[in-house]
Amino acid sequence: MDFLRPETLAEALELKASMPDAVPIAGGTDVMVELNYDHRRPSALLDLTRIPELQQWSDGLRVGAGVPYVRIIDELGAQLPGLAMASRTVGSPQIRNRGTVGGNLGAASPAGDTHPVLLASDAVIEVASVRGTRMIPAADFYLGVKRNALEQDELIVAVHLAPAKGPQQFSKVGTRNAMVIAVCSFAISLFPEENRVGAAVGSAAPTPRRALEAEEFLASALDFKAPKPLLDSVKREFGELVSQAASPIDDVRGSAAYRKHALAVMARRTLGWAWQQLVDGEKACA
Amino acid sequence: MRVNVTVNGEQRQADDVWEGESLLFLLRERLGLPGSKNACEQGECGSCTVYMDNVPVCACLVAAGQAQDRDVRTVEGLADGDALDPVQEAFVEAGAVQCGFCTPGLVVAAHDLLDRVPSPSDPEIREALAGNLCRCTGYEKILDAVRLAASRR
Repeated sequence: MDFLRPETLAEALELKASMPDAVPIAGGTDVMVELNYDHRRPSALLDLTRIPELQQWSDGLRVGAGVPYVRIIDELGAQLPGLAMASRTVGSPQIRNRGTVGGNLGAASPAGDTHPVLLASDAVIEVASVRGTRMIPAADFYLGVKRNALEQDELIVAVHLAPAKGPQQFSKVGTRNAMVIAVCSFAISLFPEENRVGAAVGSAAPTPRRALEAEEFLASALDFKAPKPLLDSVKREFGELVSQAASPIDDVRGSAAYRKHALAVMARRTLGWAWQQLVDGEKACA
Repeated sequence: MRVNVTVNGEQRQADDVWEGESLLFLLRERLGLPGSKNACEQGECGSCTVYMDNVPVCACLVAAGQAQDRDVRTVEGLADGDALDPVQEAFVEAGAVQCGFCTPGLVVAAHDLLDRVPSPSDPEIREALAGNLCRCTGYEKILDAVRLAASRR
């Protein structure tokens, strides 16, 4: 096995092009588990932790794929409240000190905590290879269980995510507060200026996915310009439509029926919280 | 491969390190520092918690090669000679050690908490220690120990 330690992105892309089997490693919170348990023996590890460009963000926002969750929580919470909330539910302090959104995207687990937020907030994934750069909307990034749109010679470079234009909320069901893989999760982003919402479910289908009918329903049912208290009937219908968007399975973490039920509950609650923030005139704050 | 890393203030070197090996294996099996414990090997239990560049991490999830040129501080590096760190002292006095296997990781996690938050609330202590499992389930005494250490700072 080779251990490759590029110091620039250009160098990393050259290495990935010449050794497409090399497994990128940043926080190691997924990759090292597979190595420790003999589930994977790649020909090479491509260490991305020495590339400064991946550890930074710039206005807009363009968040480097290697920014650890703890920095998103501590430093980007005001601009990206939904992503910060989801990041706070990842693993434990030790995991959040190392784990990255880039890693979440690379693993592309249907249960990854940040995926619903990225979908609900119109995130765009920047990937690069020696052939050039591609901008992939989050909705086109997840192709199947642990499969994403990356080509073999590509690396995830950054996530483009506009600062929140309205309240954002995230909710996750697990058996305890720390160190749990989501039984199911849900994210909602309000775009009051555009009279619409983004809504997405996690851990409830082969990929994270948007709840498009639920989004359309709220866009038509709600008045974003003069927000009034939510009707229970609107919350219930929204919850139902979110639940219908999912196609969960029975597994060790929960049954399909439970997941459908829990999604409807999370959708109602998070909509209630987000809408209240709007009514109160608050800009979302993590 | 060869790995050069600063451990507890000392420049250390290890040869013939396997490229897929963890920092935990490097510390325990090659550098003779068995304080960090090897239990779950998947980041669930926190028994291998060490500082890397002043940030607590699970050593089992850091590839040994990623520690090249980094600064690692293990539980062995907390005491000042024979004088225990106040967190270690508090664990002894509060009876926070049962079988002792989770203790090194908890001591490092608690040490980091008190560095960042000198007078933590109970929820802050629980959150900071959420990544460390004690299977003797002695959590109450562990919380006592952290409160005691905080009160002495």
